[in-house]
Amino acid sequence: MALKFEKTGEGTYMLDVCGYVCPHPQIYTKKSLEKMAEGEIVEVYIDNPSSVETVEQMCNQAGHEILEKRTEGGKIIIKIEKG
Amino acid sequence: METTESVDIKAAEKDAKAIERRNTFWVFFILGGLILISLIYAGVNIYYTYLVVYIWFGLAYGMMLQAGRFCMASASRDLFAAGVPRMAVGIMVALIFFSLVQAFLHATDMSTFHPAPFGIYLTLAGIVFGIGMVLAGGCASGTLYKVGEGNGTSMLGLFGICFGQALFVITPMNALVPQAWVQRSQEVIAAQGIPSEYLRAWFDYYLKGYISTKPIYHIAELDFIKNTFSGASRFFIGDALLNAIVPAVLLLVVIYAFYVRKGFIKKVRKKKGKSGLGDELRGFWGMITASKRTTLMGVLIGITAGLHIWVLAGMRHKFAVENFGQLLTKMGHAHDVALFGTVFDPGYWYITSQEAQFGAWVLEKLGIDMRHNIFFGVNNGIPELWRNPALWMSIGIILGAMVMSLINKEFKWKAPKGELIVFGLLGGFLMGMGSRPSLGCNVGAFFIRVAGGDPGGWMYFIGMAIGAFVGVKFFNWYTERKMAKQMEAFDL
Repeated sequence: MALKFEKTGEGTYMLDVCGYVCPHPQIYTKKSLEKMAEGEIVEVYIDNPSSVETVEQMCNQAGHEILEKRTEGGKIIIKIEKG
Repeated sequence: METTESVDIKAAEKDAKAIERRNTFWVFFILGGLILISLIYAGVNIYYTYLVVYIWFGLAYGMMLQAGRFCMASASRDLFAAGVPRMAVGIMVALIFFSLVQAFLHATDMSTFHPAPFGIYLTLAGIVFGIGMVLAGGCASGTLYKVGEGNGTSMLGLFGICFGQALFVITPMNALVPQAWVQRSQEVIAAQGIPSEYLRAWFDYYLKGYISTKPIYHIAELDFIKNTFSGASRFFIGDALLNAIVPAVLLLVVIYAFYVRKGFIKKVRKKKGKSGLGDELRGFWGMITASKRTTLMGVLIGITAGLHIWVLAGMRHKFAVENFGQLLTKMGHAHDVALFGTVFDPGYWYITSQEAQFGAWVLEKLGIDMRHNIFFGVNNGIPELWRNPALWMSIGIILGAMVMSLINKEFKWKAPKGELIVFGLLGGFLMGMGSRPSLGCNVGAFFIRVAGGDPGGWMYFIGMAIGAFVGVKFFNWYTERKMAKQMEAFDL
């Protein structure tokens, strides 16, 4: 388990919070989005289902768009565009 | 010819089916095991059916807690840290429904609820508990359901709650005890016929010399309410409406105003160019229904908690007892019970005291005297684990959450690593230390009390909210530092 936040391209980032439980995944996601510019995209890797629901609602309230949500071998990947 | 992609999809489908089969097996294994245990208890002695009631209500609570992600720590943390109100809303909805059920039970004389002494101690304990639950990542009930999901950090939190409480109540620290508590304690135990050897640790003096001096309020029993509202209506108006529903609705309005309104009205004005009262009401209702699952589970938990009280009141009536300790004594297990023949048997949803008993049971096996004190020796006893009714409720909650998470394919063993080990243990110990002085946790000292008409529950709630706020501030500082390190490599 290690927190990873990497730049994967121009305006795109990857945040890996697998292994973390509440409240870490949602707080790290929030902090990442706060630092990013409008229109930039982050792919968040989470393996804590209840954090996913909080992240979804947080994005909905803050005006960020969830572009994609998929599951890969126990990990949930949420692609968010900062609004 | 199959492509690599189609082979991968087939392999993934095969894996998913294998997981589903494995999960189904474990669900049937757990439920079958509990049915077998229940039958064995009933076969050994009909009195044990009392204990079986706790098992199955525990299972129901666990399933609902997991399905609704119901956790007081999530409620405050998501609200303060992420601005997400879904859990806080769900808890208030549950409180409203449970208060109505409680009022009905009071009105029909089927309630096992009893209010607790009122005082600032509730808020102080709530602060410690609030910090602990944020650190551990779950409140007392949330920790149990997360253990059922295979969460290792929550297992450490549970360890901390069990042993934090057990050690807290036997720690001497007598130099800190005010002389007035000592004098008052000696008078009280003499009047109650308790031998002086039970007065040893600071917590004994706290219970008998401080808590016993505090007034007890039950809204429906206040003279003003009794004189104004006749008959059963005083329970619905005093306990449910005044003590639970009005404050809960006010809190929902505050949550809407501070966390939801701005974003919602902005969207409305962008679309229509203006907003009115109708939009505000739609926004408020939208907040209530934003997470249907949590809100629905809130309603079900409220109703189930009421049903639990009703069933246990019926069991007590059937066996003509007021406490399970009397049945244990009848069955020849006098060593399980406290000085006056009672054990911890709340008669409703409760979490922490039975976990303290578990901690005490283990410490006693290690040779520590856990019985010469007020908490265990006089009030709650230390039953063998398999004869402890409330402990079975906690086990039921863990297993219920496990069943639900297996059904939802969310069960996963997650070993605690790195800083989560420290947070889990420290948070658990703080929750233990924050629940004993208040005679309960987020369930026993807040949820049950507020719904039952005891205003002291709100004193504990205020403390929990302050503690959670402090905990979230700490987390913000800690995560900010970690993120800054991650972002060093590039400009953001």
